[in-house]
Amino acid sequence: MMAKSKLAGRKVTLHDMTLRDGMHAKREQIPVEMMVRIASGLDAASVPYLQVTHGAGLGGNSIQHGRALASNAEYISAVAAAVKQAKISVLLIPGLGTMQELQEAYDSGARSVHVATHSTEADTSPQHIAFARKLGMDTTGFLMMSHLNDAKGLTGQALLMESYGAQTVYVTDSAGYMLTDDVTEVISRMRDALKPETEIGFHGHHNLGLGIANSIAAIAAGASRIDASLAGLGAGAGNAPLEVLAAVCDRMGIETGVDTFALMDLAEDVVVPFMDDIVRVDREALTLGFAGVYSTFLLPTRRAAERFGVPARDILIELGRKKMIGGQEDMIQDTAMTMARERGLL
Amino acid sequence: MVEKLKVAIVGSGNIGTDLLYKLKRSALLEPVWMVGIDAGSEGLARAREMGLKTTHDGVDGLLPHVGADDIKIAFDATSAYVHAENSRKLNELGVFMVDLTPAAIGPLCVPPVNLGQIAAQGSQMNVNMISCAGQATIPIVSAVGAVQPVDYAEIIASLSSLSIGQGTRANLDEFTYTTSNALEKVGGAKRGKALAIINPADPPLIMRNTIYCEVEGEPDRAAITESVLRMIEQVQVYVPGYRLVNGPDFDGNRVAVFMEVAGLGDYLPTYAGNLDIMTAAAARTGEMFAQGILDGTVTLTRMENA
Repeated sequence: MMAKSKLAGRKVTLHDMTLRDGMHAKREQIPVEMMVRIASGLDAASVPYLQVTHGAGLGGNSIQHGRALASNAEYISAVAAAVKQAKISVLLIPGLGTMQELQEAYDSGARSVHVATHSTEADTSPQHIAFARKLGMDTTGFLMMSHLNDAKGLTGQALLMESYGAQTVYVTDSAGYMLTDDVTEVISRMRDALKPETEIGFHGHHNLGLGIANSIAAIAAGASRIDASLAGLGAGAGNAPLEVLAAVCDRMGIETGVDTFALMDLAEDVVVPFMDDIVRVDREALTLGFAGVYSTFLLPTRRAAERFGVPARDILIELGRKKMIGGQEDMIQDTAMTMARERGLL
Repeated sequence: MVEKLKVAIVGSGNIGTDLLYKLKRSALLEPVWMVGIDAGSEGLARAREMGLKTTHDGVDGLLPHVGADDIKIAFDATSAYVHAENSRKLNELGVFMVDLTPAAIGPLCVPPVNLGQIAAQGSQMNVNMISCAGQATIPIVSAVGAVQPVDYAEIIASLSSLSIGQGTRANLDEFTYTTSNALEKVGGAKRGKALAIINPADPPLIMRNTIYCEVEGEPDRAAITESVLRMIEQVQVYVPGYRLVNGPDFDGNRVAVFMEVAGLGDYLPTYAGNLDIMTAAAARTGEMFAQGILDGTVTLTRMENA
């Protein structure tokens, strides 16, 4: 008989990423009907928040980030019409998405937003956070590539986002690079520094196989919101798999309010058969986590590797060395071309 | 020895101070006033060391001296919020404005693309320099467009965190709108989209710009490549660190050009090519108008503003 978890009775809000981070794994090619089908299943399983946009969020439709099958407004309004209880959220990265696009998302039915900046650039978000609050949206500040800042620095950035009006601040392990002790240290420090009413969230990637372990460590250190996706459908080796996280929370007595069996069915019967490649810790995804590279770089790097004849792992290691961050997808082809020339291939 | 045209710099921050170094080297322009709002600003101290007159009372501190010191051109490196007032006050005194803020009251100007055309009109009293990314990318879009129509232009500007001031950080949407609009208006693309990334890597990364153009029909590879290379040479005349890293690369109807912009390191480090290309473009614009004023092809008029 196992001992009772110290986390028994803790309440955690799960935030599904299948229809946003999962867009990356599907090369932005999720049809509206499939979004509605998955969203309806999540809604019926009592998942409280679903993120629905292009993988790069509002303004994401581009050459840089790929063009989705439908506009963000089309996806959001279709899902909004189908769900009964779940709130729809969006991703907004200043520099890519704008307040005009946030207004449009709100008008389409979005009621929650992750306003995302790189982990050292929180001061590019004050207007967008304030605007989201003005719209009455559930507003999160989302510190991407958190491994490129230390616990003290991240806490300072979280305090800035809180001062702009963010109700929740996320530690976002975009590269799936953080170890469990890193998560514990950062979130404990943030929990001490932020106002008690400000929630802390964690968004993991499974590149080192730590998606669930890091999410649980985050909860233990004071996080109350966790991002996850069905069968892990997301960039790199995917996010923390939602149905697995729900099952672990059930076993530990952490209260999520979701229907774990319903999520297991949705993952197995709908999402896994829909995958282009099985989302798993393969060689390149592991390289992301090992070298600290933005998970979304995985598929464009594979394409560049094929086109220019430089192995994907070599390109990823070089991108990590050059400290390229989320949004610099153009530097994948640029780096591949430079490497190909140096190797006499171009 | 040709007599130089006397000019003022309004704004004593990073951009204004870097511009000061460039104007000091100009064969046509002589900076005589530097305007700030902070008596302790480093920019004003440097200006005094270089022999300029300074005021920390904003543009109002300059106005009484415009006539006596024969100021013909003012460069505004303040912010979009105060530019309109600065421009109104100086235009009333017949001073031509080069606007380095995103205010965009006057025509949008990218020197190798449309400066000649704007100057030839001879009657403008205000031109706008758009944004650093606009200066770095619009020449390429225009060069592709000179060969065949550009349906869609998309640019990605990667900027080092240390080179981005508080004003830009707090107003990224403004940067996005201004640059996207200029890709269409000046670059000639049917639709334009601008993305900005601020990278904190240490040591700081040199400014990078990627330009994607989707052209009508099959791209004429040889002609586009030649047009782009020729345009790069034209920008290099005033920004020597403007360099092609990769491309033009052709993939279907998509043309990709990967550029780097290293600054001259006048006041700011070389990685801040984004600031350098703004000040260099502004200096070049000022010189073109100065030449017109000296030749009599450009007439300065006192604007009666309502």
